[in-house]
Amino acid sequence: MAAVKETVDQVKQIDVDQYKYGFVTEIESDKAPIGLNEDVIRFISAKKAEPEWMLEWRLDAYRRWLTMEEPTWAKLDYPKPKFNDIYYYSAPKVAEGPKSLDEVDPELLRTYEKLGIPLQEQEILAGVTEENRQYSKVAVDAVFDSVSVATTFKEELKKAGVIFCSISEAIREHPELVKKYLASVVPVSDNFYATLNSAVFTDGSFVYVPEGVRCPMELSTYFRINEQNTGQFERTLIIADKGSYVSYLEGCTAPQRDENQLHAAVVELIALEDAEIKYSTVQNWYPGDSEGKGGIYNFVTKRGDCREKNSKISWTQVETGSAITWKYPSCILRGENSTGEFYSIAISNGYQQIDSGTKMTHLGKNTSSRIISKGISAGRSNNTYRGLVSAHKKASGARNFTQCDSLLIGDQCGAHTVPYVESKNASAIFEHEATTSKISDDQMFYCQARGIGEEEAVALIVNGFVKDVIQQLPMEFAVEAQKLINISLEGSVG
Amino acid sequence: MLEIKNLHAEVEGNKILRGIDLTINAGEIHAIMGPNGSGKSTLSYVLAGKDDYEITEGEILFNGENVLEMEPHERAAVGLFLAMQYPIEIPGVANMTFLKTALNAQRVARGEGELKTPDFMKKVKELSAKLNVTQEMLRRPLNVGFSGGEKKRNEILQMALLEPKLCILDETDSGLDIDALRIVSDGVNALKSPERSMLVITHYQRLLNYIVPDVVHVMYQGKIVKSGDKDLALQLEEKGYAEFTGEAAA
Ligand SMILES: Nc1ncnc2c1ncn2[C@@H]1O[C@H](COP(=O)(O)OP(=O)(O)OP(=O)(O)O)[C@@H](O)[C@H]1O
Ligand SMILES: [Mg+2]
Repeated sequence: MAAVKETVDQVKQIDVDQYKYGFVTEIESDKAPIGLNEDVIRFISAKKAEPEWMLEWRLDAYRRWLTMEEPTWAKLDYPKPKFNDIYYYSAPKVAEGPKSLDEVDPELLRTYEKLGIPLQEQEILAGVTEENRQYSKVAVDAVFDSVSVATTFKEELKKAGVIFCSISEAIREHPELVKKYLASVVPVSDNFYATLNSAVFTDGSFVYVPEGVRCPMELSTYFRINEQNTGQFERTLIIADKGSYVSYLEGCTAPQRDENQLHAAVVELIALEDAEIKYSTVQNWYPGDSEGKGGIYNFVTKRGDCREKNSKISWTQVETGSAITWKYPSCILRGENSTGEFYSIAISNGYQQIDSGTKMTHLGKNTSSRIISKGISAGRSNNTYRGLVSAHKKASGARNFTQCDSLLIGDQCGAHTVPYVESKNASAIFEHEATTSKISDDQMFYCQARGIGEEEAVALIVNGFVKDVIQQLPMEFAVEAQKLINISLEGSVG
Repeated sequence: MLEIKNLHAEVEGNKILRGIDLTINAGEIHAIMGPNGSGKSTLSYVLAGKDDYEITEGEILFNGENVLEMEPHERAAVGLFLAMQYPIEIPGVANMTFLKTALNAQRVARGEGELKTPDFMKKVKELSAKLNVTQEMLRRPLNVGFSGGEKKRNEILQMALLEPKLCILDETDSGLDIDALRIVSDGVNALKSPERSMLVITHYQRLLNYIVPDVVHVMYQGKIVKSGDKDLALQLEEKGYAEFTGEAAA
């Protein structure tokens, strides 16, 4: 995470823009009224200085959402979010937040320390307000609550012709691209949460890589959730034009908190002819306390469209956080010879519940997909892999390989595998392998008898179990992910 | 070095060790023989700290320290090593990674700091060559799909690398072919030193031709019923355990 002066200036710039458009300037009132109705949507749209068409688009989504019901098919058990008790827009607060790291939950600081996050970044992540920061006076590239901060690398990207900005900026600056691609992968009424997101999304990223360009750097945005009762509705849209390549990293850390928090993001990826998109996530939101209280509810719709021939989309995710995870990064393999990949590590501990997996929809000829899913359950958690691999009538020569492994730690957790396969083309070849194993007492004893302590032994065995997926992550992310895995399994034995 | 006093242990209410007394001084090699089910492996597990056993009486001192209060990995760090009768398989964890993790965990626990990777590699290469452990076996997941003899050689490789003070070998000779028996014995003998003690559990006198014990014990029904010099093993080979099983039954 680079932290530079330029970013600070850019943050200030955003405030200035808001003045310019004449919206609420009082810091305390920089928040939509609680609850959801058409006025709130108008408020959000106005805050973002959106054109009229966007507002209409949102209102249309909202009206559709009112007629929809929350899905119940996932193996998740949680109290229904009260959608009218949520704030749908909040800009970063200047006055609130801890005055110094001394006021921050020590448990959280311990986690930062283990992750090797330097003090100045700890301050920022923990929400210490800028004027009170001892170690750093500058901001990092981050999504502070709902307003995304312009990124540091902008200049260099500009040279390459890559557009990387907040979705709000894209709506204002690149309406033709947004109109063309937004909701072209995840339709507005795709599912309850995606529709809600369409109505109220407050920020997220937009990436456009022009024809033949290999994006010169990994694009990354750090997410965090910082304000009580604020739903997070990110919207990300990534387009890789013909023959281009981009790797996008998404990661987050969340401060400890007491109340359940709703997050419903939508991510759409579009790969045109010969293009490749690699999307990596390390997700570490607050999972709730040791009794299962609190924690983030994460309902995410992520889908990639291999729209033209020889395109490739690859999802890699390391899911360690959230109280509830409902997430199925998927690929539509439309173009001939296109490839979809899903590599996943999903770790649940404590009272966490994960229902995650992927959909590989083979529409085009000779399309191939690969799924490697590693689920680890510990504590009293529940971890479900749910997958659907399907081949359309025209998808001759479609191939899929799925490997689904579950590892159980202790005997109070659950692992479930729900793989669906649908083939309407006789030439499709789908292979599926699944294993469930347990870290046995004998394995633990063997490690210990060689001098390896309990937690280190679990980490060793788990790292062995997940290494096929870790190898898919970009280097620096892999290291962070490995640390995270170890931290999230702390206290899972003994 | 090791003092076991009146040790009683049970598992799920079954009394298995019924008063073991055993003292091993630094530099000594002791052998334990005895019929199947007499409690030899149980003793070795209790020494290593496996928690399936309830210690109902007695104590174990290792260089004066009360071992029963230590976790298994703490016992390993102070120099207790058990080469197991049935080594455990750990999928996904490369043998080499395991060796490195174990060695460094022990070193850190002793305040010695981690061994640098090149030094570690050099050491492993040397030792594995001596024990006929191939590079391929080092890369493979720990013990997974290893043959019985390969597992045993791998145990001795761990032991040679970790340089424990007390080596407990539970039937390391079982399942070894003739050449492997010599290779493993050479490996064990190479570790002999005035500071290091060994407790060798075996069913076969032949091993004791290679690893020559100072004392041989006979264990039966959870007790040491006889101790003698290396000739005791020869006698047992000839006459079997009738003498003891008869006595104990009477
Ligand atoms: N978990 C357990 N539950 C019940 N009985 C057990 C358990 N573990 C060991 N025993 C019993 O304790 C006795 C001693 O077993 P142990 O493995 O120590 O014998 P051993 O002397 O090593 O035998 P062998 O020569 O066959 O290796 C046996 O009768 C065995 O069945
Ligand atoms: Mg035995």
